[in-house]
Amino acid sequence: MSVVFDSREQWLHGAWLTVQLTLYGCALALVLALVFGLVGTSRHMWLRALNRVYVEFFRGTATLVLLYWFFYALPLVGVQINSKLVCAVLALGLNVGAYGAEVVRGSVNSLPKAQVEAVIALNFTPYQRMRRVLLPQAFALMLPPFGNLVIELMKGSAIVYTIGLVDLTKVSKNVQGFSGETVAPFLAVLVFYFVIAQILQLLVRYAERRVDRMLGRRPSREPSLSAVAAGAPGVKAAS
Amino acid sequence: MPPTDTAPEAPTPEEESPGVSKEKKGGREEDGDGAAAALPHGDAPGIRFEKVVKRFGSNVVLRELDFAVEPGERVTLIGPSGSGKTTILRLLMTLEKLDDGLIWIGDDTLWHMDKGGRRVPANQRHLHEMRKQVGMVFQQFNLFPNMNVLRNLTEGPVRVLRASKDEAVERARGLLDMVGLSDKENAHPSQLSGGQQQRVAIARALAMQPKVLLLDEVTSALDPELVVGVQDLLRDIARESDLTMLCVTHEMNFAKDISNRVLMFDQGQIVEEGPPDRIFGEPAEQRTRDFLQAVLAS
Repeated sequence: MSVVFDSREQWLHGAWLTVQLTLYGCALALVLALVFGLVGTSRHMWLRALNRVYVEFFRGTATLVLLYWFFYALPLVGVQINSKLVCAVLALGLNVGAYGAEVVRGSVNSLPKAQVEAVIALNFTPYQRMRRVLLPQAFALMLPPFGNLVIELMKGSAIVYTIGLVDLTKVSKNVQGFSGETVAPFLAVLVFYFVIAQILQLLVRYAERRVDRMLGRRPSREPSLSAVAAGAPGVKAAS
Repeated sequence: MPPTDTAPEAPTPEEESPGVSKEKKGGREEDGDGAAAALPHGDAPGIRFEKVVKRFGSNVVLRELDFAVEPGERVTLIGPSGSGKTTILRLLMTLEKLDDGLIWIGDDTLWHMDKGGRRVPANQRHLHEMRKQVGMVFQQFNLFPNMNVLRNLTEGPVRVLRASKDEAVERARGLLDMVGLSDKENAHPSQLSGGQQQRVAIARALAMQPKVLLLDEVTSALDPELVVGVQDLLRDIARESDLTMLCVTHEMNFAKDISNRVLMFDQGQIVEEGPPDRIFGEPAEQRTRDFLQAVLAS
């Protein structure tokens, strides 16, 4: 295990890159998901078509291939993206954003029709309907699937080593290479990913609780990891 | 609008623990002015349907329907389900599109506007202007679960009527006082019983200061013991405001109390109309008699 500890600088750099990719990728994916998801709920057919094109194209293409396109192929047709990080964020964000757009569209469309009728009866403008009433409620439905997507994106970032970025996965390969040890570095990278995923999960849970409060619901019955870690008595903690 | 701050002492808020106690009758009789102060007043428009047609696919729900409601009149629509009563309210609230004919609210058409002397289909802006006069209370309350009770009442006035926050809050509190839920302003809709939610929904509709109030089977979704409280409230509102009211209900006693006139519908047409005493007492048409018998038997 000492090889892992001795190379801690590399590990931390790798982890930081993975975290950066996750944060920037998620930010891009969230914006794309909201824009294209809401467009997908529009009354206008051509707007909905825009949603379909985006979703079907980026959901149906491998992230790795997108990455190759941004890094290798686009420069050859005249579009130069100088930063590897930007290439990686674009590939990850565009792909996960397509899944997110479906989540947004599905959540908004699954709200009770009665809520839409109530906002019409109160004479809200279409923007106010969405902003004040529908989106806040839809957000509660979006959060759990968003949580999955965030973790998916984080794990999916492992492909960036193929364009020469040194993320967690690449660090583990490097350490294996120069130390000759295999089990220790791959065990370490497993733990790193797991810990980052758990931290992301806690953030999503926190957001879920905030939304529950907004909706006047009782907090989720499932105890959070921190509550369990602190020895809270499970279900009782919530009530 | 009369100021709400002159309202006398509020009635004791009716305590209501869902499923256990009943909503008590009364408690509002002596507070007539308080309720009246929170209610919209003045220049309620009349309504007129002119050869109105509404289809759902091949099913013609309203066929060339003509009828009129006088300013300030309170009309109850009765009839078997599928007879088009609710569709009439939904057309007036612009929740359904008109297929043919004209609907007048006051001197203006709801679904059409004047453009260079020609009558053309209304755009969003015209609908927005026309909707200002109309408020609706739904069978399923439809409160916003992402807002507390007070925000449910102030959001519309602040965003749509551009009222100041203070003004909207003051008015909302006056209305909550009237519906007996002053102590619930910070509660979320999910924490209220059905009866309480419906009273909030009534207050929310009134907060927009409509001149026409549409009531769509407002007590049908309530437990029997909660119906009385909501009906009493609406009776007070009917008595103390001069809103034009259209009410769809299956509660014949309520219809008798609240309305000046009853319209009996069947298959998108008016079968019979008249003052409630006559329609319920001595209906002229066989179809009305059959319907009333069926309703009373249930």
